Amino acid sequence: MEVPILKQGAVLIATFQAALSDADLNHLRSALVQQVVRFRSRGVIVDVTAMDVMDSFASRTLREIAHIIRLRGAETVIVGIQPEVAFAMVQLGLTLEGVATALDLEEGLAYLNQKFKTMK
Amino acid sequence: MAKRDESSELLRELVAHLRQNRTQLREEWVGRISETRLLTAMTKEEIFAEATSVYDSYVEALETETFEALQAYARNLSERIIPRGVETHEVVGIVLLLRDVLARSLFAKYQTDFKKLNRILDAYEPAANRIANTVAVGFVQERERVIRQQQEAIRELSTPVLQVRERLLILPIIGVIDPQRARQLTEQLLRGIRTNRAKVVVIDITGVAAMDVTVANHLVQTVEASRLLGATVIVTGLSPEIAQTLVTIGVDLGKMNTVGDLQGGIEQAERLLGYKVMALAEPN
Amino acid sequence: MSRVEIRVTISSDQDIVVARQKGRSLALELGFSSGDATLIATAISELARNIVSYAGSGQIALKDLQGSTRVGITVTASDTGPGIPNVSQALRDGFSTSGSLGLGLPGVRRLMDEFEIDSKPGQGTRVVVKKWRP
Repeated sequence: MEVPILKQGAVLIATFQAALSDADLNHLRSALVQQVVRFRSRGVIVDVTAMDVMDSFASRTLREIAHIIRLRGAETVIVGIQPEVAFAMVQLGLTLEGVATALDLEEGLAYLNQKFKTMK
Repeated sequence: MAKRDESSELLRELVAHLRQNRTQLREEWVGRISETRLLTAMTKEEIFAEATSVYDSYVEALETETFEALQAYARNLSERIIPRGVETHEVVGIVLLLRDVLARSLFAKYQTDFKKLNRILDAYEPAANRIANTVAVGFVQERERVIRQQQEAIRELSTPVLQVRERLLILPIIGVIDPQRARQLTEQLLRGIRTNRAKVVVIDITGVAAMDVTVANHLVQTVEASRLLGATVIVTGLSPEIAQTLVTIGVDLGKMNTVGDLQGGIEQAERLLGYKVMALAEPN
Repeated sequence: MSRVEIRVTISSDQDIVVARQKGRSLALELGFSSGDATLIATAISELARNIVSYAGSGQIALKDLQGSTRVGITVTASDTGPGIPNVSQALRDGFSTSGSLGLGLPGVRRLMDEFEIDSKPGQGTRVVVKKWRP
C-alpha cells in the first residue's frame, strides 16, 4: 500500500490511508527521507488520522522518521492521533517522546510555521 | 423416558394440590414472611398482592416446566421493589419460605404414603430449586443493572470537562478516584480535547485527598495521552503527599507541568495560548 | 464454552494487520466499546508481531468468552519457535532481545484483564490473554 506524500511549499505531508503493514511503514520512512533531501523541505507532517491501531512498531517507526528528518535539518509533527488510539498507546508505554504532536493537519501546519519563524 | 413421564405425572398431581389449597397456603406463606421480618419496607397489602402473583407464577412454572414467564415476572418485581430498598437476602428468603411452606403441605398430605411422598419430593425439589434460582438470579441481575446505571450517572456528574475559553479545558477532579473512574475520566478528557480543539488542559486535583500508585499512573498516562493529541497539560493542586507518590513511581516531576493552584494554572495556560494567538496573527 | 472461533495464521507482517482487524470486529460484535476494541486490537498486534519477529510463524486464535454473568474475548497466540528462556525477565518493562522496544509483553498485560504465558525453550510459546466487557 503506497502512502501518498504531498508537497506544500516547504512542507511535506504524508497521509496514512488505512491499516499499514510493517513493510508499508518502512517504505514510507525511506520515501520521506528521500523527498526531504530532494525538495530541501523544512517540515514534515505525518497524518495518522486513519490509523486505528498504533503498536510498538508503528510508534518506533514514527520516532525514527522524526529523528532522521531532524538530522536533515527539518522538523516533523505527527497529527491526527485518535483519542482511543492515544489511550491504547500510553497503556503500552508508547509516548512518542521527543516527537512533536498536533491535533490535526491545520494545527500541524500552524506549529511548523511558528517553528520556521523562530528558526529564522 | 418413563421416569420423565412419571415425574411430569407427579408434578401434575402436585400442581392440582397447590391450586386447591391456594388460599390457605398463600396465607401461611405471607404469615411466615412477616414472622421472619422480611420485606419490612413493604405494607401488608403490598406483600399480599406480590405474594399472590409469585405464588401463581410459581405454580405455573411447576405446571409448564418453563421458566420464562417467571423470569420476566421476577425481573418486573425486582424493578419495582429495588427502589424501595428490598435486599437480595429478602427476595431469596421469601422464595425459600414458599418452598418450605409447600414442602410441609406435601408432607402433611402424603404422610401416610411414604413411598409416594418420596417420589413427589423427588419431582418437586429440582423444579423448586430451579424456581428459587431463577428468581434470585433475576433479582441480582436487575440490581446490578440499577447499580451500574447509578454509577454511570454519578461518574458523568463527577468528571466535568469544562471549557473556560476557546482552546482551554479545565478538568477539576474531586473525591475518590478508582481505576475505573480514572479510565473514564481520561476517555472523557481525550474526547473533549478533540471536540473542543483544545490546546491546553488544566487538571486540578486539589479536591483529591489520596492517590495510590495505580491512580497516579493513570494521571501520568492521561498527561501523556493528551500530549499525543497535541494538547499541553498543566496539573494544579498537587499536594505534597501526591507529589511524593508520583516521585515514588518514578515520575519525573520536572517533565510534568505543575503549578501550585488552579488560578496560577489558568494564567499559565493563557500565556501558552496567547503566545500561539500572536504567532497565528502574523501573515505567512 | 465459546460460540465463535477465528484462527489467523501468522507468517508475515501482512498477517499482523489481518489478525488485529479480525480481533477488532469480533470485539465490536461481542459488544465491547470501540475504545476497548482498540485496546484489544493493539494487544493482538503486539502478540502477532512477537510471533513474526521471534518465531517466524504461528497462529492467533480469537474466541468469545461466556462467563456466568459476563462476556469477554480470549486471544491465544501460539508458535513453535525458540521459546522465551526467561519469562519473568520478558515480563519486565524495557526487556528485549530482538532490538524492538521490548515493551511488548508487559504492555499487552496492561491492555488486557488476564494474562497467561507458557513458554518452553526449543518448543514454543503460548500466550493467552482475556478481556471482559465492563
